[in-house]
Amino acid sequence: MTTLILNGEERQVTSEPDTPLLYVLRDELELNGAKFGCGLGQCGACTVLVDGEPVFSCVTPVLLMNGRDIRTVEGLGTVAAPGPLQAAFIEEQAAQCGYCIAGMLLRAQALLVRVPDPQDDDILAALEPQLCRCGTHMRIIRAVKRAARTLSRAAEAVR
Amino acid sequence: MSPALSRRDVLRGTGALILAFSVPHRSSALTETGASATPLRGLPGSLDSTPRLNAWIRIEADGNATIFTGKAELGQGIKTALLQIAAEELKLPLPRITLITADTARTPNEGYTAASHSVQDSGTAIRNAAAQVREILIGEAARLAGRSTDGLKAWDGVVAGPDGLSLGYGELVSAQLLNVDAQPTSILTDPKNFTVMDRPVARVDIPPKLTGGAAYVQDMRLPGMVHGRIVRPPSYGARLIDLDAAPVEAMPGVLKVVRDGAFIGVVAEKQWTAIQAMRRLAASARWNESAALPDEAQLPEALMALPAKDTTILEVGTPDAASYDVDALFSRPYLSHGSIGPSCAIAHMDGDDLTVWTHTQGVYPLRDALATLCAMPRDKVRCIHVEGAGCYGQNGADDVGADAALLARALPGRPVRVQWMREQEHAWEPFGPGMAAHVRASLGPDGSISAWQHDVWSQSHMMRPGPPGTLLAARDIANPFPPAPPVDLPMPEGGGDRNAVPLYVLPNARAVNHFLPQMPLRGSSMRSLGGYLNVFAIESTMDDLARLSGQDPVAFRLRHLRDERASAVITLAAERFGWNGRPTLSAGSGYGFAFARYKNLEAYCAIALELAIDQDTGRTVVQRAIAAVDTGQVVNPDGVRNQIEGGIVQATSWTLFEGVRFDRQRITSVDWASYPILRFAHVPRRVEVHLVERPGLPFLGAGEAAQGPMGAAIANAIRDITGTRLRALPLDAAKVRAASKVRPASMGSPLPPRSPS
Repeated sequence: MTTLILNGEERQVTSEPDTPLLYVLRDELELNGAKFGCGLGQCGACTVLVDGEPVFSCVTPVLLMNGRDIRTVEGLGTVAAPGPLQAAFIEEQAAQCGYCIAGMLLRAQALLVRVPDPQDDDILAALEPQLCRCGTHMRIIRAVKRAARTLSRAAEAVR
Repeated sequence: MSPALSRRDVLRGTGALILAFSVPHRSSALTETGASATPLRGLPGSLDSTPRLNAWIRIEADGNATIFTGKAELGQGIKTALLQIAAEELKLPLPRITLITADTARTPNEGYTAASHSVQDSGTAIRNAAAQVREILIGEAARLAGRSTDGLKAWDGVVAGPDGLSLGYGELVSAQLLNVDAQPTSILTDPKNFTVMDRPVARVDIPPKLTGGAAYVQDMRLPGMVHGRIVRPPSYGARLIDLDAAPVEAMPGVLKVVRDGAFIGVVAEKQWTAIQAMRRLAASARWNESAALPDEAQLPEALMALPAKDTTILEVGTPDAASYDVDALFSRPYLSHGSIGPSCAIAHMDGDDLTVWTHTQGVYPLRDALATLCAMPRDKVRCIHVEGAGCYGQNGADDVGADAALLARALPGRPVRVQWMREQEHAWEPFGPGMAAHVRASLGPDGSISAWQHDVWSQSHMMRPGPPGTLLAARDIANPFPPAPPVDLPMPEGGGDRNAVPLYVLPNARAVNHFLPQMPLRGSSMRSLGGYLNVFAIESTMDDLARLSGQDPVAFRLRHLRDERASAVITLAAERFGWNGRPTLSAGSGYGFAFARYKNLEAYCAIALELAIDQDTGRTVVQRAIAAVDTGQVVNPDGVRNQIEGGIVQATSWTLFEGVRFDRQRITSVDWASYPILRFAHVPRRVEVHLVERPGLPFLGAGEAAQGPMGAAIANAIRDITGTRLRALPLDAAKVRAASKVRPASMGSPLPPRSPS
């Protein structure tokens, strides 16, 4: 038995301890966000946040996740109430097939926490581990910048 | 000859996919979408093969509409475009329309979703069907009101008249009203009155994809579903000698090991168990390997040495010259589709009925292949398209459908989900074929092209189901199906020779297609087919001819064109780029330009770009790429931009990085480390797409327009910077670095003047 804090909620899982987190999320917890792409930590389709840091869930055994805070794209928002990054990706129509996008969103989320006003080079460097095959890169970059603007405006308003 | 005998005959003495055939006559070959090349009824788009209006459109009692298309969403926004078309002509708001895509039990048979044909085929059918349905509803309103149709208008789901008549579509429709065949002509909405069809409508499929919705076949979870994995052979045609299945069958959670000849699968309750079981099975399997692959380092020579069936596809004037100003061999390696999500299918054997959920491009052809493979009647097999990860041609989708079907048949009653592993997709998908093209060209005294010859060598670009032998599993089972005969796609669209006929006006020209019936590596359709290499070769040669004669590359192209729409995109791209006033750049930076009309029948695309090379590393980055595109009537401008941007970035990846690797027996590029593709560090720093508006003109496919011009524009910029013409794709860092160190005298003519010419 492993205890995860999944998108803010405590969840007990029974998968074998050597099971990669990806299969626990998809098959035991029935979440769709994290995708199987390579199983080798090369493409980033399975990226989730663990204690705020992007991690390849396809090569991370669930036994290492006990008590850790795990965030998937389901934790960023919903169709009815998309989070700022999701809203920006919809606004920019930053998807073609979309299979890589959940990983992109989480990698971008980690970047915006660290660098609220990222320049192009920051975005390129942060997203380097994530592969996209449809060639949606230009829109993904624009969407991350748009989300950064939204978030900084929101922060201004609070101040 | 019985099928069994022919199978044995074909298999005797060969263990690989390298097989020779009597090639069917070219004109009898398939088109890339599987549609008949000659119209049956003279009806618009796919109405020609499925004329009944209620096969495409049903109006419900509440006045909402359901649209049926035989095409599938491949991640390019086709659902949204078809909904826009239906909404425009039905005069019904988008949210009141539901779209059902490719399903052998429900939708028309529109062959394959391929070749940038979906908006042309299905969009045209739906547009005309919707317009005719709207007129039928108006006629019905008139009949019910006992008046003429004069002054009646359909709008917002209601037929209304000046005298207060107002009848909702739901009130007008009756069971048989739309059970009629389409007419050859329709009253289509004038483009100047469009309210949705030319607008950038947000794609309906995007929000669930960004929030963890069940958006892909990979996300489906059926009650009682179990997980299968396949053990594939180590190389083409390998035969299984020995397998120790007992320890795997004893693993907790393993339900079944399926073995049929060299086809090995395992089914388990949990996915991770299935993967571990697959690995243990693979470790215990012993194989007899017989594949003999060509020498990767000499691929173009190996291809050109194969037996070929030659077709002269262009012959005009006297193309033979005593000598040529350009005489060059261009080549591309085999390319992976490289979808980020490996192929996946779910199959369910329920009594006598087999259902397969699949991201195939052709539900009907796959259904037929699976029925033959499983020896079942066609009407007992149903294929339902569910979106997969990006589809750029025939990837493992059909194969994994067959894998799942065979496992489901062995475990009746349980839906079996099979997903390929990354290394299986990389090693076993049908690649975009390796190719060679030889171009010779001469300039006349007036600086125009006086002679032109183009020879292209390629295997088939069309090895899709129908025939069961196109499927890996059907070749591996103990009583295998014969390999499918290679299809030589005919002109005008062509296969390996796609775009081998230049659009330029050439008084003396020849083009010859050397079709290779043998297939050294497994191959099939990949975006633009032969167009990518042929445009690369033609546009590189145009650039060299312009340089040799001191002419501006843009002006040189324009003087050889008579097609006004071609000239318009070239002129627009050059203007928006600032081509004529472009400044001289510092060492390591330069410019490239290229143009093509995809298939010489579809979208026009011209690209001007600026490129920078790090001369120490050979690292190449596109600084800006400016594209101009004409796709006829645009349905969704943002959708077209998204496709062209994507084509530019994907072709940048093909051109700078990609090539399938292999030794003399096995494919060795089996992951993203051994088959690198473009990552963010190499994305173009700026991309602009400018659309030429052509309201009312026929739809032209956009998904494959940019790939050819982009590859050539990059090569032309590298030539501009280094003075060296690179002709063997990919133009990777090692080649670019080597090119940066030499400035050969042969082609080292001074750069043309950078002023308007």
